[in-house]
Amino acid sequence: MAMITDHILTWVTFVPLLGAVALWLFGRREGPARIFALAVSLVDFVLSLHLWFHFDAARGDDQFVERVAWIGNGQVSYHLGCDGISLVLALLTTFLGPLIILSTWKAITSRVREFLAFFLLLQTAMLGTFLARDMLLFYVFWEAMLIPMYFIIGIWGGQRRIYAAVKFFIFTMVGSVFMLVGILYLFFQSGSMELTSFLNLNLEHNAQLWLFAAFFLAFAIKVPVFPLHTWLPDAHVEAPTAGSVVLAGVLLKMGTYGMLRFAMPLFPQGVAYFAPAVSILAVIGIIYGALVALVQPDIKKLVAYSSVSHLGFVVLGLFSLNSLGVAGGVFQMLAHGLSTGALFLLVGVIYERRHTREISEFGGLAHVMPLYATFFMIATLASIGLPGLAGFVGEFTILLGTFTSEFLPAARVMAILAATGVVLGAFFMLWMVQRVFFGRLANDANKNLPDLSWREVVVLVPLLVFMFVLGVHPGLVLDKVDLSIQKVLAPLEAQLVPHSPAGHAAIPGGGEEGAPAILLVNSDAEDLR
Amino acid sequence: MEITLTHYLVLAGLVFLTGMVGFVVRRNALVMLMCIELMLCAVNIVFAAFSRLHGDAGGHVFVLMNFAVAASEAAIGLAILVEIYRRRRTVNVDDLKTLME
Amino acid sequence: MQSEILLRWIVLVPLLGAVVNGLLNRRLAKRVSGFIACAAIGVSFGLSVVVFLRLTGMDAEARVVNDILGTWLQIGGFHVDIGFAMDPLSAVMALVVTGVGFLIHIYSLGYMAHDDGFQRYFAYLNLFVFAMMTLVLGENLVMLFVGWEGVGLCSYLLIGFWFNDQANASAGKKAFIVNRIGDFGFLIGLFLIGANLLPHLAPGEGVFSFAILQHHAHLLAPAATGICLLLFLGATGKSAQIPLYIWLPDAMAGPTPVSALIHAATMVTAGVYMIARLNFLFVLSPTAMAVVAAVGAVTAIFAATIALTQNDIKKVLAYSTVSQLGYMMLACGVGAFTVGIFHLMTHAFFKALLFLGSGSVIHAMSNEQDMRVMGGLRSKLPVTYATFMTATLAIAGVFPLAGFFSKDEILWKAWESGNTVLWAIGFLAAGLTAFYMMRLVVLTFFGENRASSEVRSHIHESPATMTGPLVILAVLSVVGGWIGWPHFMGGGAWFENWLAPVFAVGEHGVAAHGAVAHHAADSTMEWTLAVVSVLWAVLGLILGWFVYYRRAAIADSFRKAGGGFVYRVLLNKYYVDEAYDAAFIRPGYRFSRQVLWKSVDAGLIDGLLVNGSALVVYLLGSVLRLFQNGMIRFYAWTFTIGVAVFVLYLSFSS
Repeated sequence: MAMITDHILTWVTFVPLLGAVALWLFGRREGPARIFALAVSLVDFVLSLHLWFHFDAARGDDQFVERVAWIGNGQVSYHLGCDGISLVLALLTTFLGPLIILSTWKAITSRVREFLAFFLLLQTAMLGTFLARDMLLFYVFWEAMLIPMYFIIGIWGGQRRIYAAVKFFIFTMVGSVFMLVGILYLFFQSGSMELTSFLNLNLEHNAQLWLFAAFFLAFAIKVPVFPLHTWLPDAHVEAPTAGSVVLAGVLLKMGTYGMLRFAMPLFPQGVAYFAPAVSILAVIGIIYGALVALVQPDIKKLVAYSSVSHLGFVVLGLFSLNSLGVAGGVFQMLAHGLSTGALFLLVGVIYERRHTREISEFGGLAHVMPLYATFFMIATLASIGLPGLAGFVGEFTILLGTFTSEFLPAARVMAILAATGVVLGAFFMLWMVQRVFFGRLANDANKNLPDLSWREVVVLVPLLVFMFVLGVHPGLVLDKVDLSIQKVLAPLEAQLVPHSPAGHAAIPGGGEEGAPAILLVNSDAEDLR
Repeated sequence: MEITLTHYLVLAGLVFLTGMVGFVVRRNALVMLMCIELMLCAVNIVFAAFSRLHGDAGGHVFVLMNFAVAASEAAIGLAILVEIYRRRRTVNVDDLKTLME
Repeated sequence: MQSEILLRWIVLVPLLGAVVNGLLNRRLAKRVSGFIACAAIGVSFGLSVVVFLRLTGMDAEARVVNDILGTWLQIGGFHVDIGFAMDPLSAVMALVVTGVGFLIHIYSLGYMAHDDGFQRYFAYLNLFVFAMMTLVLGENLVMLFVGWEGVGLCSYLLIGFWFNDQANASAGKKAFIVNRIGDFGFLIGLFLIGANLLPHLAPGEGVFSFAILQHHAHLLAPAATGICLLLFLGATGKSAQIPLYIWLPDAMAGPTPVSALIHAATMVTAGVYMIARLNFLFVLSPTAMAVVAAVGAVTAIFAATIALTQNDIKKVLAYSTVSQLGYMMLACGVGAFTVGIFHLMTHAFFKALLFLGSGSVIHAMSNEQDMRVMGGLRSKLPVTYATFMTATLAIAGVFPLAGFFSKDEILWKAWESGNTVLWAIGFLAAGLTAFYMMRLVVLTFFGENRASSEVRSHIHESPATMTGPLVILAVLSVVGGWIGWPHFMGGGAWFENWLAPVFAVGEHGVAAHGAVAHHAADSTMEWTLAVVSVLWAVLGLILGWFVYYRRAAIADSFRKAGGGFVYRVLLNKYYVDEAYDAAFIRPGYRFSRQVLWKSVDAGLIDGLLVNGSALVVYLLGSVLRLFQNGMIRFYAWTFTIGVAVFVLYLSFSS
């Protein structure tokens, strides 16, 4: 056991890769291959539970750290670490893994072995991205994610899969290259690829602006932030269900995670300079995504655009730059992973049965598939932020954080505009639900659709349960991430000036005895002016 | 008459030129391959000559390495040509344009 | 402040009922399912009574019990609890909700007996009571909001309960969306409170807790107008006030007991409850109070006029509800929160009764809702008729039925506030109420039956599970007002005293702002107004009787003689739905589709920028591709020439 627990992060990260290799070598027969992949992902989930239970939330720093010199004289190292933010996102990844594999049981019928191997490879890359603390290592994992995803879309996708896969690949690649240049610049400044050594650099103002822009571009494409979002609907629509789920559930969070982990603490002055623009883009994304989702004729595309809207909330929360907004942003990442992941799974269920996703093809499905309709309804309600379900906590804290932001100019206007997204979100989702599930069962093709099978129920129920659990007891996650968020944002604190003049009077002294609800206090920031 | 460096270089130049012209004007892939060997040979002469002049063994090392490169290149090249000939019944490079796109 | 563990069970038992019914669904026999649901609400009601009795045993000032379950949100110093609290105000609400709710559950046993979705129905209904009790007993504004959204969800589910018809599903969706617009205001109001209060609180203090809000109300004074108006926007959504009332009439698509419970007695009064709950905030802003009063008054008269012409029995009652909710808002707006809640309670009795009675009628008429084909049901449905008539007299405000005490008190408080316009509007609406209610009664119960013989042969009085609740509610509609028997008539005004601690700050605050002119013990005026308003109500009733029964031709001749335009406008509800549709929905959809999606997204961003740059690269590539022609000798030539050029460059450049 000690061998596993001493290197738990390595095990969590690379168990899927080992599984992928084994599959590639031995997984000739479909049935055993599926079970093997499922077992691997379950083992990985169990391993990651070790992280959950042994994580010391009272510290909030990197834990279970592993560090081995890799290239050069300690300039590049194999360095994994796990703080609260990485923890919850890694857990999300390992939690979704078995469910996704189970969801492919009937959906993926050709080249099963290759698919499962690619998927496990993707798991490793995603986990590595969340856990890496060395920038080169991070970049390797970051790019490694592209390859399996590219094939998953390109091989098992729909009609225009090649177009979508190439678009996805090139879009992401363009951003990544700029980030690579940024990483190399930082490396030549600091002489090491360690994240901590980057954090200790005192970069000059202009350099921060350029570097922030480079990093932000890479992450913004991944999120995706308006107007860099057009790869997403194509990728989602063409990807197989499992691909969409992992894309919405985990991959999109890479962008927001990267912003929080790298772009924001590394370049405080870049944040100071760009935050207003970024938050405007986020708000546009929220409203724009919702309005465009409203008019989509394809259910999957509708859900894809709703992701643009929801991720806009996350970005807005992160750039509100106070503890409420950022915590809300992190929480919303999870909530979105659960609700949108479930929605894509559900869309996949109906696609498997009817081979179409056109809303107009359906209507009255609640008559023949009552259980399916119920599950869809719950996922929808979670997605539109109904209190008691996970989505509400995220949206509420993000909007409250934005509204009370000391730093963003016109923060209140932003929050109010963003809140209209809540209304629009309810509108387009419920309208879609109405057209798909309610009314008479008009289309004969839908008359004999079977309701959810046991396997599908097993896939969906854990997601639904956690929507409730996190909605009622968000502390489960928030307690883990609270201190880590404070730590990650610590470099920002000294650099940011509250924007509203009222902010100065409102915060007595700052620090421990003052009002910790507002994270960012005004200390010496003359140099910024 | 004493053999000077110039002689070596002129010889090497001529050999190289022969190889180059052959490579460019001939259409038989086999001949082209041999022309490449000629050019490599010319380079080897230059290496050896300068090595002798400077009394530095580095040049000789390079000559040996070039032998290895030339040998493996010839081996692989010939193998490919044999395979092409089996399939196409020709080694005329003007007829081999499948790499176009 | 005492702790009371029973509180959580008042809320959670209905949830338990909902979960059991929801999970087992068809696997439960209808009888078992109905029993579970009714028992859950019964337990909840019983517990409410127990806690209420404990409250009565306490000192008037200390009548609060708390039950904190734990922390819901804790981020930095920001803190929100999951907790419940019962004070005199929430006690009244809890008793009304669980009490009326229980009766309506019993009634539903009969009404829904033959419905396929019986278990689903009761699951939703229990879920609704759970959400409503969360709203009422929530210890802080966020809990209230959770309940607020929860009842909205149940309303959505129950309106669209018979989803076979797209129209029902549409009505449910409309209710949810319109409420969401209100919730948008509510949320921003919450944020504004947070922004003003958070910097002043110690870490861990629950910023949205009512106790803390009340304690720090003075800190919110500068922003009070904004906060209150935003919260009021939420209230206009939930309590169906102008401009967001449009969902309530459509909500009648749901089963009739649902209309009685959710869309008459309980949920729609949530806005009034919220304002009363936050009375200490609202009184800080005379502007907001004036807006509340004005919107309430205008809604009262506006909806009453529409109710005059509707032919669907439930639509009449729906507009009547909107109108009565306007009264409650009016009361709150003039600072008479006690009276607002009083009217809320009496209205819950008689409006629930009216809806259940109409349900009984609809049940008897084989699901016919159009009053034009009803008539003469008096003899066939004696219990329904008698109870319905009681409720009609109660809503009209006839002494000594429940409606008289509360409505008269509202008008008196409006008069007392010095704003005679508000009083006049309320007074006029009261007359209209009596008139349209009498019209409804006449068209339904008097005259000849106008239904087809097929339908007529099936007319029967409803079973005891349905008439029982009718009778109980009828009794309540008579005596329910007596607990507020006013001082000037020699009563003890028990209700006022009971709520006094809750509104001590609020009503005192209004006085301090000078909004209320002091006519202490001006009982002559009070007597006069009371008598006038009773006469006015009776006049309305008689007029309604006369126009629609004695001289049925009058209504027709009015319609023909130039009243046709007015009639059409009223019948079409002032074309407000059409106006909203034309102003917001259609342009919004078209804009999203044509401009945002087709032009901006597909055209500009994806087409021009993304695929455009891809095209440029592609064209560049096509040019360069010409060099890769597969001719090895061509490659050799270019290679040779390239090397030659390079060598020449090197040798000449240095």
